[in-house]
Amino acid sequence: MRTNTTNKTLLESAPDNGQPGDSVLEIEHLRKSFGNNYVLKDITLRVAKGENLVVLGKSGTGKTVLIKCMVGLIAPDEGRVMVLGKHIFDLDEEELNTLRVKIGFLFQGGALYDSMTVKENLEFLLRRQLRTRSGAATQSMVEEALYSVGLADAIDKMPSALSVSMRKRVGLARTLILRPAIMFYDEPTSGLDPITSREISRLIMEVQEKYNTSSVIVTHDIECARITANRILIIHNGMCAAEGSYSELVNSADKLVRSFFEQ
Amino acid sequence: MKTPWDKPFEYLKVIGTPVENRSGIFPVSAVKKVFLEVYLLSLFTIHFFKEVVRPPYNFNELIKQSYLIGYKSLSLVGITAFIMGVVLTIQTRPTLTEVGAGAWLPAMVAVSIIREIGPAITALLCAGRVGSGIGSELAIMKTTEQIDAMKLAGINPFKFVVVTRILAASLMIPLLVIFADAASLYGSYLAVSMKGDISFHLYCLQVFQKLTFTDVLPAFIKTFFFGFAIGLIGCYQGYNAEEGNRGIGKAANSAVVIASFMIFVLDIVAVQITGLFI
Repeated sequence: MRTNTTNKTLLESAPDNGQPGDSVLEIEHLRKSFGNNYVLKDITLRVAKGENLVVLGKSGTGKTVLIKCMVGLIAPDEGRVMVLGKHIFDLDEEELNTLRVKIGFLFQGGALYDSMTVKENLEFLLRRQLRTRSGAATQSMVEEALYSVGLADAIDKMPSALSVSMRKRVGLARTLILRPAIMFYDEPTSGLDPITSREISRLIMEVQEKYNTSSVIVTHDIECARITANRILIIHNGMCAAEGSYSELVNSADKLVRSFFEQ
Repeated sequence: MKTPWDKPFEYLKVIGTPVENRSGIFPVSAVKKVFLEVYLLSLFTIHFFKEVVRPPYNFNELIKQSYLIGYKSLSLVGITAFIMGVVLTIQTRPTLTEVGAGAWLPAMVAVSIIREIGPAITALLCAGRVGSGIGSELAIMKTTEQIDAMKLAGINPFKFVVVTRILAASLMIPLLVIFADAASLYGSYLAVSMKGDISFHLYCLQVFQKLTFTDVLPAFIKTFFFGFAIGLIGCYQGYNAEEGNRGIGKAANSAVVIASFMIFVLDIVAVQITGLFI
């Protein structure tokens, strides 16, 4: 486990989590501010292929800003973001759209298109990205994606008829349908009861095993971190404060780290 | 690659206006805010014209929006226009009768409806129904991250959401005006026939004998601009709304108010231009 006690960026000499070139996400010296509010001061991290990285932090520490910078929704003030070997902010529109097909993103509320049924939400992406017109082919892929998240029965429902948990599951199915290489989860268990949170966390693990994806999970839910993380990165004051496995961080002597895991 | 609409404030910095963002973190005077909004709306409009000609074209979404804007507004527009026709006829009859021009009633009401009442009332109704609907819908999509989800799915949200709605409004409002005019004229006929024995055939003869090309064409052309303004303002307010319930309400309200104002401005411009040629 490594802690940052000198305000230097973490992971400068971090051990490799795979062979060189095996990382699916690399961020170097990322900075982002909104006016005088410096949300991210200096973030450096790397995610290896097949790894689940959980980014843990208190509310308001910039976790959502960080994850949106990772996928190119927010442009940082400084720093480099490489996703699947590409500098995401150096790509033109066509290259960016090609890359984004390989990225899955689960938004906090699911972000389902509320004028479409569940089926139409999933078909919409397929028709757009794969240019597929075969009704049978899309139907099959939609049913498989919904079955994998346990919502085969919800295929004809409108998003307004779904619970929060169901919307997240459908959102997950919608991203999985294109078999992304890397998944990003923005607070996947927010607004859910503890039992449903554990179900979603286990679903994230099942998705990783089944589709062999790498994941970045931004959360403040310790239980979710325990279930899903191969490695946890703690963010504090816009910087990387500590990094390690769940068991390492739980037993940490650092006061800040321990504060996250106290009952 | 960023489009001009993604970084409008880069342009502002070039011309030296120190405005950070629209939510007012930096104090900006009211006058500056008006100019800022006009500038941003202009950029938005230019971006629309760039995107509308670029493929891919979202025909399915355009048809869907046309149905929602056009077909779903028929009953409201039809009933309101019918009532306006009846009221206008009843209100006009005493004055014309007094001067001995009662026979001119169908023609005079028809010219008023075709030239001004029909387009203006229909556009104002649609500014309320369609404009606020588009504004609030896009604001909700922004708040619930549906716009971001489209970007991450490799879909251009501006093309899919904004271009289709503006085009649909521009195409459907003129058709709604035609329907409103017809409903109004029928209401006028019923009001005329209440007081006298006049057949529908005779009524139509009296109406269409007096209607000319210069009554119909300028009125029809300006309805395209009304529709464009309603779609544009609704989309602009919604697409750039502040997140949260307050932003949604503000977007819906602003869409109606500004679109209604724009309709009057466009109307007076249309009248002036028409006057130059006729």
